[in-house]
Amino acid sequence: MPDHADIVIEGLRVRRGGRLVLDDLSLSVQAGSVTGLLGPSGSGKTTLIRAIVGVQIVESGTVTVLGEPAGSPSLRSRIGYVTQAPSVYGDLTVRENLRYFADVLAAPRAKVDEALATVDLEQAAGQLTSSLSGGQQARVSLATALLGDPDLLVLDEPTVGLDPVLRHDLWQTFAGLAAGGKTLLVSSHVMDEASRCDALLLLRDYRLLAALTPDELRARTGEQDLESAFLRLALDDAP
Amino acid sequence: MSIRVTAATAKRVLLQLRHDPRTIALLLVVPCVLVTLIKYVFSGSGVFDRIGGPLLGVFPLLSMFLVTSIAMLRERTTGTLERLLTMPLAKLDLLLGYAVAFATMAVVQALLVSSVAFGLLDLHVAGAKWGVMLLAIANALLGMALGLFVSAFARSEFQAVQFLPAFILPQLLLCGLLTPRGNMAHPLEVASWVAPMTYAYGALDQVSRGVYGATLAGYVLAVVGFTILALALGALTLRRRTP
Repeated sequence: MPDHADIVIEGLRVRRGGRLVLDDLSLSVQAGSVTGLLGPSGSGKTTLIRAIVGVQIVESGTVTVLGEPAGSPSLRSRIGYVTQAPSVYGDLTVRENLRYFADVLAAPRAKVDEALATVDLEQAAGQLTSSLSGGQQARVSLATALLGDPDLLVLDEPTVGLDPVLRHDLWQTFAGLAAGGKTLLVSSHVMDEASRCDALLLLRDYRLLAALTPDELRARTGEQDLESAFLRLALDDAP
Repeated sequence: MSIRVTAATAKRVLLQLRHDPRTIALLLVVPCVLVTLIKYVFSGSGVFDRIGGPLLGVFPLLSMFLVTSIAMLRERTTGTLERLLTMPLAKLDLLLGYAVAFATMAVVQALLVSSVAFGLLDLHVAGAKWGVMLLAIANALLGMALGLFVSAFARSEFQAVQFLPAFILPQLLLCGLLTPRGNMAHPLEVASWVAPMTYAYGALDQVSRGVYGATLAGYVLAVVGFTILALALGALTLRRRTP
């Protein structure tokens, strides 16, 4: 694993709808790793992810991604971003969707078939995206982010509603991408996915509860089960 | 901007339309039916020959306004716009992609409606028929640009469709199609000078009557100017960073 950070955040403060949703957050994400961003829904995961990909208006603090301020034009071809709700065209077929995004990213057409295979959607390639199930649509959205050759993949809850076999395969894909030098930041509200990550960022109530590895989390709390470990951490943290 | 991305976007928008044959049918058939209705509702009064030509060029403006405002609203609400704006895509790629796609549709629409009006319904215009058709395409682009701009102010499709009566109908009343602008109360006439459709109709009226002069040139320039202005304002509403 290369020993430098691809994402460095210092003193990040974000207000949405007049309410503070991230308060004085500082963290870093190691290059070439799979980092899990975990926390209950409503803890600020999506806001943090939006700040990293540069689409969130922030109140204060710095977000540096791949050595540049988040949102820099030069980062647009270096980051793959998957939103929580599938952001694909429902009135196009799966293949038409991927071809369009491949053209935008200047990715070769062969990448389309490769991405379809990775998310196990080859059978559905000719179907209208809106006719697919929610989980399948999420996979189309995920495939889109795999088309380019991004250095950093930021995935907001990519495995929600997927069957266990596919979830297992996807986490292996993520690990493979990281082994190949890519950096992945994957959010989830399911703690059992934490064991798949090299590093964890635990978010609760708009603050960073802890940044550690799964083993460190187990050692620190004395719990083997990561769900229980998170619970203990949260309870100890409570005033 | 890049030609590759613009072309890909135009192709994508046309593919989306192709998957929606009913919308294509409505875009093409409805103007033909309306032109036919006008011919027979006003039969024998000469009204058809007076407003038929200008109307051929007004339909594309209306339909492209509606289609674009809904299409762009969908891009905003489904998150595809946010995703595209995190990619190496210039705002101009998106705007021009839409322009090329809808101009293509407008050409087909204008050709069909003109064939029906001139061929089947025996519409007479004093000026050049191809001039009417060129203006029809220019007006389609104006409608597209206006639709793109107002889509930023709609939060739902319910609101977006209401922009047609709210934003376009008053212009239709003021533009001179129903009654000459000189006959209107002064404040209304002043209002008509700032309405884009006044120039769209004005240019069509001049060409239909075969009057080629400085007035026509001024109207055409105004149509092009309003299109560029609406596109520029539309581009301002495409924000890469949002709250």
